[in-house]
Amino acid sequence: MSSSAPLLAVNELSVVFHGREAGDVRAVDGVSFSLEEGRVTGLVGESGCGKSVTSLALMGLLPEHGVTVGGSALMRLPNGQEDLLQTSRRRMRDLRGSQLAMIFQDPLSSLNPVVPIGRQVTEILERHRGMRGEAARKEAADLLYRVGIPDPTRRLREYPHQLSGGMRQRALIAMAVACRPRLMIADEPTTALDVTIQAQILELLKDLVTEEGTALLMITHDLGVVAGLCDDINVLYAGRAVETAPRTPLFAEPTHPYTVGLLGSIPRLDAPRGEPLTPVRGSINDNIAWEDGCAFAPRCDHYTMECLQGPPPLVDRNGDPTHIHRCVNPIRHADVVDRTVLDSTAVVGDDEEAG
Amino acid sequence: MPTTPSSHNPSETTQTPEEQQPRDVPLHKRKAAKVDRLAELMGDRADDTHGSGIWREAFHRMRHSPMAITGAVIVLAFVIIALCSPLIAPYSPTSQAWGNEVFPNRNEFVGPRAENLLGLDHLGRDMFSRIIIGARQTLMVGVVATFVGFLFGALLGGLAGACSVLGGRWGRQVDNVVMRLIDMMLALPALLLAVTVAALIGPSLTTVMLAVGIAQIPIFARLLRGAMLSQGTREYVLAAEALGVRKRKIALTHILPNSMGPVIVQSTLTLATAIIDAAALSYLGLGNPDASFPEWGTMLAEAQRFLSSAPSLAVYPALGIIITALGFTLLGESLREALDPKLRK
Repeated sequence: MSSSAPLLAVNELSVVFHGREAGDVRAVDGVSFSLEEGRVTGLVGESGCGKSVTSLALMGLLPEHGVTVGGSALMRLPNGQEDLLQTSRRRMRDLRGSQLAMIFQDPLSSLNPVVPIGRQVTEILERHRGMRGEAARKEAADLLYRVGIPDPTRRLREYPHQLSGGMRQRALIAMAVACRPRLMIADEPTTALDVTIQAQILELLKDLVTEEGTALLMITHDLGVVAGLCDDINVLYAGRAVETAPRTPLFAEPTHPYTVGLLGSIPRLDAPRGEPLTPVRGSINDNIAWEDGCAFAPRCDHYTMECLQGPPPLVDRNGDPTHIHRCVNPIRHADVVDRTVLDSTAVVGDDEEAG
Repeated sequence: MPTTPSSHNPSETTQTPEEQQPRDVPLHKRKAAKVDRLAELMGDRADDTHGSGIWREAFHRMRHSPMAITGAVIVLAFVIIALCSPLIAPYSPTSQAWGNEVFPNRNEFVGPRAENLLGLDHLGRDMFSRIIIGARQTLMVGVVATFVGFLFGALLGGLAGACSVLGGRWGRQVDNVVMRLIDMMLALPALLLAVTVAALIGPSLTTVMLAVGIAQIPIFARLLRGAMLSQGTREYVLAAEALGVRKRKIALTHILPNSMGPVIVQSTLTLATAIIDAAALSYLGLGNPDASFPEWGTMLAEAQRFLSSAPSLAVYPALGIIITALGFTLLGESLREALDPKLRK
């Protein structure tokens, strides 16, 4: 599965937005991860932590002006390695759709409402595979069939509003896999769907990854999706990775207090009725600059003065190179079981959370 | 993937074929079985449950609106009369066959009678024939002027919009230049602009059509550009970009069709304005210099000399203009309403 170099190696990716009045905003600040063929990598975090900006930066879809992208993203392409962040816009346009593709959150607004599905699918086949006319139509029908849309020839003639939500997302996935890209980025692909459809779409994505050997970067805030789909998980907070681990260790023995908080905040079916939820207190706005210390410290129940002395480095957990965290005072596994620690704190900053 | 072991032992025969299938059969076959079953279940659904497009939906809504029906009836009647006018008109509109019965200097006019349904004009020509034949000119002026405005307006606006949405820095400059030109045109009142154009190329029917059309260009251009700008930030444009579709293609096949709605509605409304403007230009003497040629605006201009003695000469062409303009306005307004997502029930 893994060869000498990973399919995509993202190294110290940073994205800075230059505001005219507000000053610079560091949306992504030194994120590193790598993607392998046939594996699903998750980017997890709450709104505003830089998940979507990361994906847009990799796709080269950020605006030309007012944004500085730093770091590197080396991708293994058929003719050698290439840094996606340094590639020209013209070349990027050729790569998008053929080598890397993206699936967006809202399937209805991601499809053109006045163009039939068929034309939207054949458009990509024409663009990247040079197919025309009847051949393109046949291939489009095949694609729709492969992603589980019944009666594809009829669906090709229909408009997006005539399809159900699940079918629209399937059509979008069909468009994304039309040219068998090596890398797919899914930006919260199941958020706009109801739960049963979510499960079907996740199963479809999983099948595509196993069958085609595509690498999938899954961007989500839904830990249920992560648990079911992702092989490796990166937890982001305020633009930096705070914990990176394969699935099992992350869920069994999370070490960063933020990950612990996220896991602790999931409502449990076996919890007694009426038990209050345990949120991560505060909001993502209650942070300090990474240069001054851990950005999560103001919301953390475990912070000490050490947390506020400079940026915390990424360190291995017990010398395990696959499980790394950015915390000077990590939670030892025994603490996780002790939910009273999480329960005892007064919930502050509730009003800010609403905003 | 740890969840689906790829090295499955085929000698393990305790499994039933159904259980075995998911692992040994390739994905598309597995999918195929599932999908076929699904298609079977949905097969009962009749094919005519096709949802309806936005235009068809609008048409349905318009069928129940009295405003739209009134407008459509007027427009339809007008178009039929205009197209078949040589067949309907009983006499030649220019023949002064009854010239010896009308004496404008003695205030002697002939009103409606059996052989001349609307009476005679000041030169003894059949008023009814002139009105009917005049409808044809009016329709032509309206349609050609609107077409001119639509064509050049959409070209300029589309260019500006497409450049602005997709062209980066260069595009925004092109957009800027085009739109400042449009702003200059917009700064002049439409009728004044039309008069200027008509004065520049001399009075004729072509002049009227061009002048009225040119006066409509900025409206169409701004409308289309605005619609394209708002469509350009939509997510499906980003999605198309994420799939590597070329910029030109995105502008032409994705943004443009989505932006045409307001422009099409505007063109119905413009037809009414164009008819009124054309009549106004003819009235001002910038229309066809041949006064014998029947045109509602010209007829109105001639009739004003006899307004006190024979007001009906002015009333007929004026009514024609008003009713036609009303018909197009009603139709255009109800079309706009039917297409407006905010007003949908």
